Amino acid sequence: MPVSATNSRLIYDALKACDVKVMSALPETWLVHLIRLADEDPDVTLVRLAKEEEGIGISAGAHLAGVNSALLMQNHGFLAAINPIVSLALLYKIPLLMLISYRGHMGEKDPWQTQGGLVTEPILRAMGIPIWHLTSPHDVHKRIKDAQTLANAALHPVAVLLSRELMWEE
Amino acid sequence: MLRVDALQAIYPEIEDKIVVTIMGAVAAELYTIGHRHNFFYLEHAMGLASSMGLGIALAMPKHQVVVIDGDGSLLMNLGTLSTMARYKPGNLLHLVFDNESLLSVGGFPTATSTGTDLAGIARASGVPAVFQADTVESLKSSVAQALASHTMTTIISKVEAIGPKTFHMDLPLLENRFQFKRYLEGLRKQEQ
Repeated sequence: MPVSATNSRLIYDALKACDVKVMSALPETWLVHLIRLADEDPDVTLVRLAKEEEGIGISAGAHLAGVNSALLMQNHGFLAAINPIVSLALLYKIPLLMLISYRGHMGEKDPWQTQGGLVTEPILRAMGIPIWHLTSPHDVHKRIKDAQTLANAALHPVAVLLSRELMWEE
Repeated sequence: MLRVDALQAIYPEIEDKIVVTIMGAVAAELYTIGHRHNFFYLEHAMGLASSMGLGIALAMPKHQVVVIDGDGSLLMNLGTLSTMARYKPGNLLHLVFDNESLLSVGGFPTATSTGTDLAGIARASGVPAVFQADTVESLKSSVAQALASHTMTTIISKVEAIGPKTFHMDLPLLENRFQFKRYLEGLRKQEQ
């Protein structure tokens, strides 16, 4: 599978360095290695969701319980979770570390991914959610750590967009 | 059965537990019976109280978590039953008051009024223990049994579609949020 196992490992190690103990996820192609790593890790609770909005509740619960969490979702999953992000995370000042696979952006061949790709960043901006793009293995650790730091300091969701350049090997 | 009588009856069982409720009548009634810092009222995000409870239960396995849900909220997030059933934390009790109505927004009937069976859905989703408790006595004993069993349990409890005169609570939602988080931090410190 042309999803980069090496870069997935880098991202996973960066989450571990952030002391992330709960990861919620809904499977999607670019996230397969990340989900497998979480599943095999005895120190991480992987919560496989039926729909992404549940993940906002699970992360809110984990935060109030004092445990760091992360969400692994496709950008269409982010779109499915908008109301909970607004009416739970933003309303209650809950930090969320959202790792979002950025489908439908430059280089996308699947027509069905493109509409979501076109609206992802405008919607994140309209919600006031800070965005980090992960495009290079060199800054994966620093950017994920910085994203978590801001989320916890601001008590606010942050979005880390996983790019095709990082996740896909043709 | 009136929900307020049901809450009054189970209050001694849940007062020292981590409690997450949905918004509206349930929150206002529990608050009025006796607010405690270990109670969190999710005033929006319908459907997610159970997901929050699952997150807390997984993060704090040594402490019991009680979610007080409603039919309208649960119908908005039926997938939560399959997710709770999948991880089935033994420290999670999911209590659903089913008044067959969206009471807080005008009393429109929900699908449970036309036959949707939440206990059946919970059972078919794989929740390890599911009880139907439609009287104060049966609810009290079901809650006590669920908490003693350390088995993830969903209790469906039919109540009348009657709520309090006012939903006002003298507790800003952020105050509740920080109070609750501080309480949970205290529990974690006691563990160490």
